[in-house]
Amino acid sequence: MTKPPAAVSVRDLRKSYGKLNALDGVSFDIERGETFALLGPNGAGKSTAIEILEGYRDRSSGEATVLGTDPGRGGLAWKAQLGIVLQSTGESGNVTVHEQLTHFAGFYPNPRPVDEVIAAVGLETKEKTLIRKLSGGQRRRVDVALGIIGNPTLLFLDEPTTGFDPESRRQFWELIRSLKAEGTTILLTTHYLDEAANLGDRAGIIAGGRLIDIGTIDAIGGADARVPLVRWVDRGVRREQRTAEPATLVAALVRDYGGVELDALEVVRPSLEDIYLELVAAYEHPAPEPVEGPTPAPEPVEGPTPAPEPVEGQEPAERPAASTSSATDLSKENAR
Amino acid sequence: MTTITVPRLPAGRTVRLGLSRIVNEVRAYFRQGDSVFFTFLFPLVMLTIFATAFSNQSFGTDASGNEVSAAAYYLPGMLAAGLLLSGLQNLAVDIATERSDGTLKRLAGTPLPVVSYFIGKIGQVLVTGAAQAALLLIVAGVLFGVALPTAVEAWFTFAWVFLLGVTTSAVLGIALSRLPRTGKSATAVVIPITLVLQFISGVYLSFSMLPEWLQNIANAFPLKWMAQGMRAVFLPENYESEEPGGTWNLIGVLIATSAWLVVGLVVCRLTFRWIRKDS
Repeated sequence: MTKPPAAVSVRDLRKSYGKLNALDGVSFDIERGETFALLGPNGAGKSTAIEILEGYRDRSSGEATVLGTDPGRGGLAWKAQLGIVLQSTGESGNVTVHEQLTHFAGFYPNPRPVDEVIAAVGLETKEKTLIRKLSGGQRRRVDVALGIIGNPTLLFLDEPTTGFDPESRRQFWELIRSLKAEGTTILLTTHYLDEAANLGDRAGIIAGGRLIDIGTIDAIGGADARVPLVRWVDRGVRREQRTAEPATLVAALVRDYGGVELDALEVVRPSLEDIYLELVAAYEHPAPEPVEGPTPAPEPVEGPTPAPEPVEGQEPAERPAASTSSATDLSKENAR
Repeated sequence: MTTITVPRLPAGRTVRLGLSRIVNEVRAYFRQGDSVFFTFLFPLVMLTIFATAFSNQSFGTDASGNEVSAAAYYLPGMLAAGLLLSGLQNLAVDIATERSDGTLKRLAGTPLPVVSYFIGKIGQVLVTGAAQAALLLIVAGVLFGVALPTAVEAWFTFAWVFLLGVTTSAVLGIALSRLPRTGKSATAVVIPITLVLQFISGVYLSFSMLPEWLQNIANAFPLKWMAQGMRAVFLPENYESEEPGGTWNLIGVLIATSAWLVVGLVVCRLTFRWIRKDS
């Protein structure tokens, strides 16, 4: 049996505007039924890539196939299989939610029931309201509703939850999970890394027009980027240590402190956001010295603290800044 | 190797969706307060102003010596202005705005045929233009006591001048919508064009009082011919002698307006894009 063709297939995709290379040779596949998160800083090329796949932009070179069709030449029958949620727009919105969805449902050969979609995005009480009178988050939900009304095989979600309150965001995740369960293939871009971690099967990270990493959500960045961090407070002094064996370290600490509870103990696994920030920072500012990270593992000053596992032992040669920088550094990266 | 087959779409959907677009467009049009005032009611406002301001002035007499009122004299011009505003001004501004606010981009991502979109726009202009003309005729007839023609031929002329004029005007509006770079500049680009045309084409100023060179310029544009066609319908027969060459020249109206229709269609076909790619 042959593997079914990928829903999206991209090979050495390039796009240049004059001298600027917005996309500089990107390749990836999205399998049928998969949710793929495309991540990256603003201006990294995410939107350019997604708009090429949606058929809005022409590529400079490379190959792209979306549902078996070259997106630069996709006809109406091809578009009928897509659902597109663009980044927010500023339409005049002189129609009601129900009118707009009923109208758009008519464009598609096999649409979802309008009332069902309105309920799925939680706008039942607003269905007779003019779209221009909705709040930003509510308008965004209309955008999502319009993206799924046609019962798409492939759904593009470009920063879909911008302006959502946390509760609506959770509702939206449920909606996406139900679409996934029905077999919809989804290409998602988002700045909320928890969203990507919750919804995505795989993620690709774009920076400077290049795909700097790609993999399943729980493997992206490599095992080394996921080395847990143990934190505790020793007589008022904050301590932290990276180790692949946190339980062993905690057990050793408890033993060495004479069996008492450790103050403010926590074992932190780097989130997708931490890993993402490390990868992007490493790409944008490659560290010259691979071994010496900005914050070395804390030296035990005194007392019975056990000798920590040397963190350098985990150090991958090709990922210099990754695992030595501490969570504190990550938050600096975040703020920058 | 497995290939993915794209399911075909049912036939006849272009017209069905076009009709669905007309409903959607007309509904949205009347909910947009400024377009209702500046496009839909504007000729009515102007007719009211002219009819009251010049009520004591003489605009000549018909063959039996009856005075022609200011309202009767300005009615054909206002009907022609309505065609230009409902079609060209309305659509040029509307589509330029839709191009810059994301409406067209959203539609471009759906399986809506471009032709259905055009049907929707032209249909919206037909519906709103007809309602506008009806309103003008009712107000002129009832409020200002203008005697409307009773002959069937006159109404036949009105019907074709209206239909041809409003369609040409709509198509030219779609063509002109490419000109403004942004939605915000759309009114600033379009309104001066329509305003100048109204002044040189015999809408506000009597065409016969314009210098010949200005008449020649106006001859090159469709509004002058639409206004002339409307005068042929609504002014007394003895006014024909004041027209250029002493004739209503309905053949000229037909030829000039049709020529502009063809020009508009060609420009639309060559230049219309859902979005500005790669901008």
